[in-house]
Amino acid sequence: MSAAWIMAVAQAVLVAAVAPLLVGFTRAVRARLEGRAGGRLVQPWRDLGKQLRKEPLIPADAGMFFTAAPAVLMATSVLVATAAPYLSTRGPLSAGVDLIVVVGLLLLGTAALALAGLDTGTAFGGMGASREMTIAALVEPTLLLSVFALSTRVGSTNLGAIVAAGVSDQARILTPASALAAAALAIATLAEAGRLPVDNPATHLELTMVHEAMVLEYSGRDLALVEWASAMRLTILLGLLANLFVPWGVATSLHPGSVALAAVVFLGKLGVLGGLLAVGEVFAAKLRLFRVPELLAGSFVLGLLAVITSAVLA
Amino acid sequence: MPVEPLPAAAGLGGSVQVRHVDAGSCNGCEIELGQAFSPVYDAERHGVRLVASPRHADVLTVTGPVTVNMAGPLRKTYEAMPEPRLVVAVGDCARDCGMFAGGYGVHGPVATVVPVDLQVPGCPPEPAAIVSALRRLSGR
Repeated sequence: MSAAWIMAVAQAVLVAAVAPLLVGFTRAVRARLEGRAGGRLVQPWRDLGKQLRKEPLIPADAGMFFTAAPAVLMATSVLVATAAPYLSTRGPLSAGVDLIVVVGLLLLGTAALALAGLDTGTAFGGMGASREMTIAALVEPTLLLSVFALSTRVGSTNLGAIVAAGVSDQARILTPASALAAAALAIATLAEAGRLPVDNPATHLELTMVHEAMVLEYSGRDLALVEWASAMRLTILLGLLANLFVPWGVATSLHPGSVALAAVVFLGKLGVLGGLLAVGEVFAAKLRLFRVPELLAGSFVLGLLAVITSAVLA
Repeated sequence: MPVEPLPAAAGLGGSVQVRHVDAGSCNGCEIELGQAFSPVYDAERHGVRLVASPRHADVLTVTGPVTVNMAGPLRKTYEAMPEPRLVVAVGDCARDCGMFAGGYGVHGPVATVVPVDLQVPGCPPEPAAIVSALRRLSGR
């Protein structure tokens, strides 16, 4: 096993281990700001451990999409967590980690879960699936466009190449195009990860649910996989946001020391972004569903402006 | 303040997800239950969380005397929960029908429909009593 693969596996394990802690951290920050003590940081891990021990129930009308979706969602999350440039830009899969591949893998997970929501045959599952697809159709172009703004500068859509260019030439990060693209990608990340103001992960009201409505029928082991994978997707997206626009600290070699330093810096960046997310969620209300497309169209326009700006100023 | 953990809840490992069913209550218990999850009593710090689906839940809290119309839905909710599952009867009505005992629409106390593991007395029970019952399940 080469050094590159060891790094990639360590990165995937790090993302998988940290993802529930990031969820616990955002909940803890939220609880403090609301004047509560809140749960412990490791509470999401306790929840996952318990759900993994519980029996999974399959609804009578559900078919193979329902049983396959948790595995597909988890597999896509693990693949992106292994391949994307979080610790080092010299990963074993870095030649293939195109922006379009990453967005496609994330969309595959989204589509699998939406099909599973439909597969249960319940009203809320279908409603959640249709809402999720509406949002996904608006978010994916923004994800692509906002990173295209960075790739015009580098001349490649390879994520490793974009991050490596950012590390070597830090002055080019601080441009108007980057600011616009960062804003667009931040809004797209909120929508894709199902956070406020697009979706409320803490809601108990079925009529306002998007992501939660699709997973209402999951239980036990399957639920643990879905929740774990969802937490990993949040970590993956925040990590991409951090490393594309603040690439400082990412290793450009496979030297163990610089990879370890990159891991510490990566955790720091995740902590800051998770804290900002939690603070923002305390002060934000959920948007009406019919106003979500306006927000996402706005983020798409920001992404488009970023591409034009970077093409004109380059 | 430590609590005495319920042996049946040992498998939950400090994580309790609660689904609530109002089986015919006057909503007095619901107000107190809501308070148990408010910033003042904050059951979440003891590892207890309310969830939106019985499939996600380990614990079913039931209030009120079970009415004839709610006996079926209560049984279905219990059956939709994955094992291991526990039931907490919250309030005097859930324990013995309280002031509604003998009413024409009343089926009976919660224990006549689903097996009850823990009872919280009171009409309505104080949020602190509900939190301490939930802490016996989470063990924290």
